[in-house]
Amino acid sequence: MTLIDWLYKDAPLATRREITPKLGFLLTVLLALVWLVPFLWMGVATLRPASDGINLMAELMPSLKPTLDNIRDAWEIGDFPRYFLNTTIICTGILSVQFVTITLAGFAFARLDFAGKSLLFYLFLMQLMLVPVLLIVPNLRIVAQFGLYDTLAGVMMPFFASAFGTFLMRQAFEAIPTELEDAALIDGASLFQRIRHIYVPLSMPSFSAFAIISVTSHWNDFLWPLMVINSPDKRPLTVGLSVFTATAEGTQAWGTIAAGTLMVIAPLLITFLIFQKRFISSFVTSGIK
Amino acid sequence: MSLAEPAALPVAASAPPHLHILKRFATRFKTSLPAYLLLLPSLVFLALFTYGAMGRVLVDALYQRATPKAPLRFVGLDNISAVLADPAFTGAVINNLVYAVGTAIPSIGLALLFALALARTNAVTSALRATLFLPVLIPMVAASALFLFIFLPNVGLLDYYIGQLLPVLPNWLGDSDVALYAIMVITIWKNAGYYMLFFLAGLQSVPEDVMEAAHLDGAGPWARFRHITLPELKPTFLFVTVIAILNAVTQVDHVFVMTKGGPSNATNLVLFYIYQQAVEHYDIGKASAATLLTLAALMGLTALSFRTMANREGGA
Repeated sequence: MTLIDWLYKDAPLATRREITPKLGFLLTVLLALVWLVPFLWMGVATLRPASDGINLMAELMPSLKPTLDNIRDAWEIGDFPRYFLNTTIICTGILSVQFVTITLAGFAFARLDFAGKSLLFYLFLMQLMLVPVLLIVPNLRIVAQFGLYDTLAGVMMPFFASAFGTFLMRQAFEAIPTELEDAALIDGASLFQRIRHIYVPLSMPSFSAFAIISVTSHWNDFLWPLMVINSPDKRPLTVGLSVFTATAEGTQAWGTIAAGTLMVIAPLLITFLIFQKRFISSFVTSGIK
Repeated sequence: MSLAEPAALPVAASAPPHLHILKRFATRFKTSLPAYLLLLPSLVFLALFTYGAMGRVLVDALYQRATPKAPLRFVGLDNISAVLADPAFTGAVINNLVYAVGTAIPSIGLALLFALALARTNAVTSALRATLFLPVLIPMVAASALFLFIFLPNVGLLDYYIGQLLPVLPNWLGDSDVALYAIMVITIWKNAGYYMLFFLAGLQSVPEDVMEAAHLDGAGPWARFRHITLPELKPTFLFVTVIAILNAVTQVDHVFVMTKGGPSNATNLVLFYIYQQAVEHYDIGKASAATLLTLAALMGLTALSFRTMANREGGA
């Protein structure tokens, strides 16, 4: 009980004796443990030797004779380095083009006055309402018309413009005092110089928030790359993992599946654990995505 | 260009009026040009993949091929009526409604509980928040790979541990009465931590002094929650509900990996149906018609939620 008392030490004095909040907290702790179970099983099963047999596969107590065999098998069956490379290319490709498009558009909406501004704003807003995932069928036909079927560029293209990113940058640019820009204007800086040397450097927190959301969502994207990509050597991690899982499921190689899953999610989990605060605040802004 | 300049007046009057408007339009366009150039890169891609795709769906929904090699033929609303008459589609719509309600309510409820319990920031609550947030980060495909084993009959995690308590267990993913609920469990596990973040943000707007005053007046934790916290969180609820419903329509990766819509279409959801029509049956007409119906429903929902928000702001 002392730990709980410590947790409520900054609560208003009179409420510290209340039971209901503490019960809620205990329930949350229990649920958090349940939430961890799939991850725990993944770790334990990855290290479990095949000699333990299928009946011990679900055991959450780690094996006393841990082995790296499952990781080696997963590495040999799935072409994970290739999937990893493809996913990295897709995510960086999308993000670098997005940085250009959202910076320019965000600046136009934040600082320039032009005819049809509100109409154009609503045109951007439409992208948020017409959830891109739902447009997989027409988008696949458009990508095929460009001759980009079964290419990584085809996977990236529909995401090059981002209404969410544009609005995020507009907000960031609007918060920058105009005096800074006026000073640069007097020094004869061009429009692009002002964006490049004043607006972009001062908006890094927004860029990094956007980068986190963009990379995690495209790292995890599945249905769209599944439709665009046909050749095995162009599969991203998610598509590769689904094929890998289907193959290993047939032979009941659950330890190998756990190892493969671990390899796929490890990069994101490690990055999250390092930049926890940043991830969480970025995801709060992602609601309007 | 002001009318106060007397010398300018006769000139302006003698010129045809539409030329004047044209000229003003031209100057307006000229001053707007830099903005248009900055917006151009975004607009090109939006035109292709948002408005273009939208137009494409509208057109494709009106055409049909008798066989995959036959020429395209205009069929009007036949695709729409074919989709509406397809028991697989209506089944998918009903499944999706059950799935939306059955995932939105528990995950929002849990998210609220988590946020209330973890509202104070210290080392323990930060660790718990991170734990509950972990599933949000991983791909749905990876979550499915893990839950495939959890739901495995006899030797799977669920049966291994709760099999000792219950004598008869269903085949979680193989029984058409249970499979949809099993799929929902994954969605709840994956999304509750995400919605928690919005409630945590929303809770910060609950005024501390009002809370304390209410407490001095003898309001218990439940009364304070019911009369102070909940009303303050109303916008968050609305917002999270819209996101939860959008997720219920757009997140179907686990259906693909775990059940492929089966057994006997029990876990078929609308987006998976669209995928099947387009990729497995090469029926672009029907896939487009189904996309169109889904988009109409979602846009209706978004419009409704905007109106509710506007109404409340107007009324408050």
